[in-house]
Amino acid sequence: MDFLNDPLGVIRAWLAGLLGSFLPAPAVDLTLIVLGALVVGGLGLTTPLFLIWYERRLIGRMQDRIGPNRVGPEGLFQTVADALKLLIKEDITPIGADKVVYNLAPIMAVVSVLTMWAVIPLAVNIVGTDLNIGVLYIVGVGSLGTLAIMLGGWASNNKYALLGAFRTVAQLVCYEVPMILALIVPVLLASSVGVENPMSMQEVVRAQSGAWHEWFLFKAPIAFLIFFIASVAETGRAPFDLLEAESEIVAGFNIEYSGMKFGMFFVAEFLHAFTVGALVATLFLGGWSGPFVDQAPLLGVVYFVVKAFAAYFIIILMRAALPRIRIDHMLDLNWKFLVPIMLGAIVAVAVTDKLVSRAAVGPLWNAVALFGSNLVVAAIALAWVGRAARHLRSAEASRTPPGAAPAVSAAHDERGHAADAHGHPAPHAAH
Amino acid sequence: MIPLSWYLVLGAALFCVGVYGVLARRNAVAILMSVELMLNAVNINLVAFWHYLTPSAVSGMTFALIVFAVAAAEAAVGLALIISIYRRRQTVVAEDVSMMKF
Amino acid sequence: MTGLQIVFLAVAAAILAAAVQVVTTRNLVHAALWLIATLFGMAILFVLLEAGFLAVVQVVVYIGAISILIIFAVMLTRRVMQDTGPQTNDLRWLALVIAAALGGAIVYTLFQTDRQGGFPLANAPVPADSLETLGLYLVDPNAYMLALVAIGVLLAVGMVGSIAIARDDREKE
Repeated sequence: MDFLNDPLGVIRAWLAGLLGSFLPAPAVDLTLIVLGALVVGGLGLTTPLFLIWYERRLIGRMQDRIGPNRVGPEGLFQTVADALKLLIKEDITPIGADKVVYNLAPIMAVVSVLTMWAVIPLAVNIVGTDLNIGVLYIVGVGSLGTLAIMLGGWASNNKYALLGAFRTVAQLVCYEVPMILALIVPVLLASSVGVENPMSMQEVVRAQSGAWHEWFLFKAPIAFLIFFIASVAETGRAPFDLLEAESEIVAGFNIEYSGMKFGMFFVAEFLHAFTVGALVATLFLGGWSGPFVDQAPLLGVVYFVVKAFAAYFIIILMRAALPRIRIDHMLDLNWKFLVPIMLGAIVAVAVTDKLVSRAAVGPLWNAVALFGSNLVVAAIALAWVGRAARHLRSAEASRTPPGAAPAVSAAHDERGHAADAHGHPAPHAAH
Repeated sequence: MIPLSWYLVLGAALFCVGVYGVLARRNAVAILMSVELMLNAVNINLVAFWHYLTPSAVSGMTFALIVFAVAAAEAAVGLALIISIYRRRQTVVAEDVSMMKF
Repeated sequence: MTGLQIVFLAVAAAILAAAVQVVTTRNLVHAALWLIATLFGMAILFVLLEAGFLAVVQVVVYIGAISILIIFAVMLTRRVMQDTGPQTNDLRWLALVIAAALGGAIVYTLFQTDRQGGFPLANAPVPADSLETLGLYLVDPNAYMLALVAIGVLLAVGMVGSIAIARDDREKE
């Protein structure tokens, strides 16, 4: 029973007793810390074996086909087979490549994602280390991944790889800005609930563990959406996968990487996607909180895994359903849409929070007021974007002469459905 | 307990390595990297003094934060200048940009 | 020799070795990588000094932004991957003498001040809520709010200025 209540504490006490018989006390601490790091790293490296199978089957079903289902029961050993194939491939280093940097890049990419798992809390007493600056730490190690991809692209001595590296840096550095701005909101809301270290991930989850309406998803939906979009752009997955666009620049920075080095980049990308799901679950969906976690802490792990996989499901859905975004559209989306809305949302949440906490209504009305302020910001933003789009459309329509074949935008009404020149929806032609 | 003088000597040594880099390197980007080394040495000094002399006052940490921000702004503007010079003169060697020498 | 002292000596040796490599490597991207190693060692030093927030800010700002900027500038201002020509100018021996003299002067001044009691050690632990105090002081009008606003203006001006300088003027012709 004690084990179920506090599994990590029991294991730690048992190991300390085992090692304390033949090691001095500081060495026991050091060994326990190293063992903990190895466990986190090992879990992080073996989880993608399941995640890749999950994603391939799911994308297969979304594209109306069965995914891999031959190797092993329901195709579960497909990833193992792929990993074995990558391991026995020849290890080619291109001529003129910078050997040290070329070999360092995939390692850095995996390390940057693995060390994120050190601060993600799985249950009320299962967390790698409860840093009091956990949220900022996530940002810090995420930026190491950017460095890794850029160095990999440069070290390959290949102009397509270099182009891919430049596009990568543009995208990843740009989308860090709305991601960091969106991370301010959970910290703000956690500190207004009254925890001492609002930047610690464990405290952010604890601030959401009151009731279902305490989830920051309901208190700050704009921050949730923008963090989600910016984090998916940070991982370099579709629709933001111009980093490795197979049809455009022949796999970008990945060109010269083969064998297990490519496998490392691959693992890093999938693990990063799942980590984004876990982060969204922790920061906005309430992490390990749920009914009955006080009595059975291990239930928190179940809740966390369910929420993380729900977010991961949506990320996979985005990959299967959306086309690739163009690079200038991507930059416009970031600087002209995400960043201003996020700044407005921070101001709105902060002001509403201050006013509502001064009015001292109950927590449910607190959440309703915050949700309402977010809706106001969203309405203003959508109205403004709609007006700007209408300006753009009318400017393009007035530029092309009315008799010539109109530009694509002139023949569509607001929602992009086929329309005649006056903007009325055209009758659906039979296909 | 690490003596304060160890941190200060490390800061001084790092600063001197940065001074050598600024004076002796030809490439402008390398000079900028040495300037970053010097700013880091200043930061070590600030945080060490904060920790050992006035740990309850946050002025040391504030000063260090301001140095971070100033270093970032200076790196951005300096690199923009270097890129602009490269576009016009096709060189980043500091000695070749000497039109204003008398 | 306590454990922390051994850790400090190892980290300090690594920082100095990496810094020397920054100023002497011929390949500029390698120099940038050694700079990243130096900055990482500095982050570890900040952790030793119980300023964890500054350590993470160091990683985010220096390694995550400034180093990427430097590597980008290196990649944009080279025409070939290999380096040609010497990487130090004629002043190197004079620079070495100046650096050594400066270092000697600083260390001498340090020890003189220490001998005369110029560093009154507080011997007090760092308070647990130093991060919260830092945040409160940064927005307090009687404390450091002016500094925060000035930094904001500096960064905004720097951003606009560097975009204006680095624009490609050929598009306008």
